[in-house]
Amino acid sequence: MNTNTIKENKTPKKKLETMKISGAEAIIHCLLAEGVDLIYGYPGGAIMPVYDELYKFQDKLTHILTRHEQGATHAAQGYARVSGKVGVAMATSGPGATNLVTGLADAQIDSTPMVCITGQVGSHLLGSDAFQETDIVGISTPVTKWNYQITKASEIPEILAKAFYIAKSGRPGPVLIDITKDAQFDTFDFTYEKCTGVRSYKPVPKPNKNAISEAAKLINEAKKPMIVFGQGVILGEAESELKQLVEKAGIPAAWTILGVAAMDSEHPLNVGMVGMHGNYAPNVLTNECDLLIAIGMRFDDRVTGNLETYAKQAKVIHFEIDPAEINKNVMSDIAVLGNSKETLQLILPLINENNHDEWHNEFKKRYEIEYNEVIKNDIKPTKEGLTMGEVIEEINIASKNSAVIVTDVGQHQMIACRYAKFNQTKSNITSGGLGTMGFALPAAIGAKQGAMDREVVAIIGDGGYQMTIQELGVIFQHKIPVKIVVLNNDHLGMVRQWQELFFERRYASTVMVNPDFVKIAEGYHIEAKRLSERKDLKATIQEMMASKEPYFLEVKVEKEDNVFPMIPTGASVSDIRLK
Amino acid sequence: MEKNRYTVSVYSENNVGLLNRISGIFLKRHINIESLNVSKSEIENVSKFTVVIFTDHETARKIVGQIEKQIEVIKAYFHLDDETIYQESVLFKIDSSLLFDERNIQNIIKDCNATIVTVSRDFFVLAKTGRKFEVDEMYDQLKPFGIMQFVRSGRIAVTKAEMPISVLLAEFKENK
Repeated sequence: MNTNTIKENKTPKKKLETMKISGAEAIIHCLLAEGVDLIYGYPGGAIMPVYDELYKFQDKLTHILTRHEQGATHAAQGYARVSGKVGVAMATSGPGATNLVTGLADAQIDSTPMVCITGQVGSHLLGSDAFQETDIVGISTPVTKWNYQITKASEIPEILAKAFYIAKSGRPGPVLIDITKDAQFDTFDFTYEKCTGVRSYKPVPKPNKNAISEAAKLINEAKKPMIVFGQGVILGEAESELKQLVEKAGIPAAWTILGVAAMDSEHPLNVGMVGMHGNYAPNVLTNECDLLIAIGMRFDDRVTGNLETYAKQAKVIHFEIDPAEINKNVMSDIAVLGNSKETLQLILPLINENNHDEWHNEFKKRYEIEYNEVIKNDIKPTKEGLTMGEVIEEINIASKNSAVIVTDVGQHQMIACRYAKFNQTKSNITSGGLGTMGFALPAAIGAKQGAMDREVVAIIGDGGYQMTIQELGVIFQHKIPVKIVVLNNDHLGMVRQWQELFFERRYASTVMVNPDFVKIAEGYHIEAKRLSERKDLKATIQEMMASKEPYFLEVKVEKEDNVFPMIPTGASVSDIRLK
Repeated sequence: MEKNRYTVSVYSENNVGLLNRISGIFLKRHINIESLNVSKSEIENVSKFTVVIFTDHETARKIVGQIEKQIEVIKAYFHLDDETIYQESVLFKIDSSLLFDERNIQNIIKDCNATIVTVSRDFFVLAKTGRKFEVDEMYDQLKPFGIMQFVRSGRIAVTKAEMPISVLLAEFKENK
């Protein structure tokens, strides 16, 4: 009987022989079928068949050669974060694949949809320590939402369809598909069908009506409610629903750094940033509110400070798509599972119109305190040296709050997140969870290519800039008109700040002797300027923003400024220090 | 928090790499796996992992949440010992001469309800299925005579409560 089956199967295959294509070509067709027109990557031995096909399909699919595979992942992330689409990065086996790991981990912790494709040695060589062989599926398992090794060409369509579906659906994340070289060469009958579901995977939990009505009851009864929203609002495209909730119930709303752009920075009920370097009012009042409404955020330790003393007086409602986040760090009284847009739409009709002016005044009062103690000195300094804050403020003015701001990691990131203003969603691109130095420059490339009509400004410290500085080559080669602002304090500023505050000023390895950044940019034929005096700040920023070309600006800022407010590690959010 | 022994049961697709993904979840939290068994389950094409860990309730709950989140995992549960029926199997390889020279060994075999799997000129093999303490007891009794080889399987367990995987799979299908 078996023999018969095999014979039967063979017959139709022969008929379709003319439609046979190679695995490598199939990969391109899969990408095109998923609507991909731009990928980032770096070629090498084990992925060469795919690059050969990319050459043939270059009119349909643009490949950007980053200068390092890590850059490819961050560019794909930047692209995904501004466009909402899946970013794609490609690399060869071995070192090419391992260089993707940081970007995968970053995308995993920040829920960024990304598909990475790696070449692998031929399947007959697997496990033989062949040239450039590494177990990337094993290595990437903890930092991917899903991964898979393809060893047969015929698996390609189904697995790639699944990869895109998994990367984008539910709580997004990175997927890595490793494809052996023989699977790229082998031919098979190609057909493509988009994936619409995976048996064991339930991306979006169904909202529970009872939870919704109980949550509404708590919101309607609360005297001192406070919203903390995160990236889940942006990923769920629930910006308008969030605004309606905030306005209808009159609830002050604070944000995490990944959530910031979900709500207009100038909205009267926007009360700022929570967390370690967040605003004074929302941090202190987290421990005074009677109801904490968390929407699409995951109570990261940088947000909560000491959990033992976090919002203990308050009831907690947690709107969340990922059931594993419920009661992970903070116990919630009501968990509203589901896509944020759907759950907020369901709850809105149950919410009474209300205002909490007196309670909102508590935020305003504390904002005044923070303004006088911190903000004024940051954005309108009277001391001699330039501050990071005043640079950001000038960018706000020049861009009318409409730019995409891409930041790296450290002091400049916290300052940028604190002071950058946004009037559009998907605008704050930063490495939040992983804190990946080197993220910003390549991410800015991706962000610009994901939103060509928008102004993209990368704000980077002198440390992180030098981790992926080679991506200037991409900006030069493809004339990608991003604005690069390096806030140079000649230090690894955030670590230096901690050394000053918590390690008795033992500045171990935090002083940077920096090269001439302007000359480096000029070496890549990028227009470049250095700024060190306040009198030139406004005009230079305006010149930069008006430029249609890539533009590099180094700002020499005060070397030993600290970022405040600050919640020291292990302290309570309400013990936030203003100095 | 009070620590207990938990049996984590995971129903999943049968895919290469899933074991690595699941064990990584324990590794990330520095949790030692006391025993691990992977087998087919009552549902066709669905595998079942049975993992025993010693931890507190909160950690067990969060680990199960993270496991369940994996794409190829259908459902994961965790149970205390008294909520499950569980067994382990062991094999002892012992020098054949002892079977005749040491009368006591025959008594141990009888008392422990062990079975003789095979006897050859040089060695014989005993099998025993039971709870860990029963197996340990037998081990302690045999040890003085010399054990050539010993191996214990991972815990296998069924729960007293229902695990409605078929229903879940039907639901998944509807969601498609």
